[in-house]
Amino acid sequence: MTDPILKTHALTRYFGALKASDAVSVDLRPGEIHAIIGPNGAGKTTLIAQICGGITPSSGRVEFMGRDITGLTTRARSREGLGRTFQISALAMEDSVLQNAVLGALGASGRPWRFFGPALKDSVLRDQAEDALRRVGLHDHLHKRTAELSHGQRRQLEVAVALTLHPKAFVMDEPMAGLGSGGSKQLTSFLDGLRAEAPILLVEHDMDAVFALADRISVLVYGKVIATGTVDEIRANAEVQKAYLGEDT
Amino acid sequence: MIRETHLNIGLVALLMAIPVWALIADEPFIITLMTRAVVFALAAVGLNIALGLGGLVSLGHAVFFGIGGYAMGILAHHAQTYTPLAEWPLLIEGTKSMPVIWLAAIIASTLAAVVIGILSLRTAGVYFIMITLAFGQMFFFFAISWSAYGGEDGLSIYVRNGFPGLNTLVPVHYFGLCLVILLAALFLNARLAKSPFGLALNAARQTPARVETVGLDPTRLKLVAFVISGAITGLAGALFADLNRFVSPTMFSWQLSGEIMIFVIIGGVGRLFGPVVGALVFVALEHLLGGLSDYWHIYLGILLLLIVLFGRGGLIGILCGRERVHD
Repeated sequence: MTDPILKTHALTRYFGALKASDAVSVDLRPGEIHAIIGPNGAGKTTLIAQICGGITPSSGRVEFMGRDITGLTTRARSREGLGRTFQISALAMEDSVLQNAVLGALGASGRPWRFFGPALKDSVLRDQAEDALRRVGLHDHLHKRTAELSHGQRRQLEVAVALTLHPKAFVMDEPMAGLGSGGSKQLTSFLDGLRAEAPILLVEHDMDAVFALADRISVLVYGKVIATGTVDEIRANAEVQKAYLGEDT
Repeated sequence: MIRETHLNIGLVALLMAIPVWALIADEPFIITLMTRAVVFALAAVGLNIALGLGGLVSLGHAVFFGIGGYAMGILAHHAQTYTPLAEWPLLIEGTKSMPVIWLAAIIASTLAAVVIGILSLRTAGVYFIMITLAFGQMFFFFAISWSAYGGEDGLSIYVRNGFPGLNTLVPVHYFGLCLVILLAALFLNARLAKSPFGLALNAARQTPARVETVGLDPTRLKLVAFVISGAITGLAGALFADLNRFVSPTMFSWQLSGEIMIFVIIGGVGRLFGPVVGALVFVALEHLLGGLSDYWHIYLGILLLLIVLFGRGGLIGILCGRERVHD
């Protein structure tokens, strides 16, 4: 078996007396989509913030490409190759779609200290940005103000910005949230192809998408992973049905 | 709606036309007023980089304005009294040369901006405003107590400092010099706003979390913006002191910080020529209404209220609408 690219070791995080993460150990292997599902308040977003930076675990550690990244800043983790998308779009709303994507390319280049030449005329940045926008289907909206995009298009732009970073692993926080069924299907097929480029740790509520995409699923309940397995194993798992799927169906 | 580029060209034409008219009509005072507006505009161009691009509400920009002013005052004071500024570890003499004074003003305000920026940027929002205000007050009271350089009375310079090839005592020469510097600063500002740094800074203002996620440091971006901003305002301070041939602690006062911010807000926060419009309107009101009443700030207040309530993009926003997102 190949070594995992991303691995958490017994991540635990307290908020006061609340155990938001309880010894969470999950891993992400090359070429796979590993979905994290769980009811609201299960600690999914807390887990992502510990992996990508922002929340420091009370104990446990995060390993990425064989290196312990628990103590690194968000920026450093990004430079190591973690590509994150946000649950609530964190885009520069006043800027154009292209400017948002160029920001990603600029971050990837690591050279923001240029004060004179126009960023949008830098062919390297621009090609990278346009390429990412073309892949998510936003190339027709390059010069649109981001605030004028539909909700679904913003989700696409979120993914495009992550693409410009050429990450070694994606961590996506509910990329389908708020998408209509059409948009959700489109993004599902896109992510399906994306896993060959870099594996995806996918936190998602949309069960159709998860069952269609995931190679493996981990179920998080009250901060604890109660099961990890293939789609079929998770569907058949009695504990999961009781704790989570049972509530929905 | 007027295209913003057309408005900007019109403004540059106006900045040139009024002094030419004043020269023909033999109204040297108008040229001095225009110089005042141009220097205020330069100070506000500085603030606009921090405030408009970086979203940094600095209520302490008079610090840099004052440092620029004292850089001119101290150097010229030593030159006119033939006393050295320092004898150890190396001999530093005063000077009456504007380029040297400007360089000193820029270096001193840059250093101050680095220190103030590093400390202030640990906070955000209202605390940032308060810390920058506190620095302003510290410099103000320091200047008052600094008796070696006039204390509360400030420093007077007998003759305006010199610039090679120009007679700076002729109002229109000095005006031209200040205008060239303002236009150069506007040009640099325009390039900066579109540069990779400007793009990242713009995003850092709107969504710092995103900037961090692409691997950039939003705080460092803002710090660099703050330093560039302070350096430009510092240069404006040196020009202002030379215009008046006088520098005093009021250049450090928080009222002055407020006024620089008012220029930006009247013209339009983040708009390239916002500071120019704001400074022109301010100096015009000061001149026209100031003649009628000592309390002309009441009308300035009303104007500011109307603009903030009904025209969020300042006068340029009212005339040209929202800024376009592409060229």
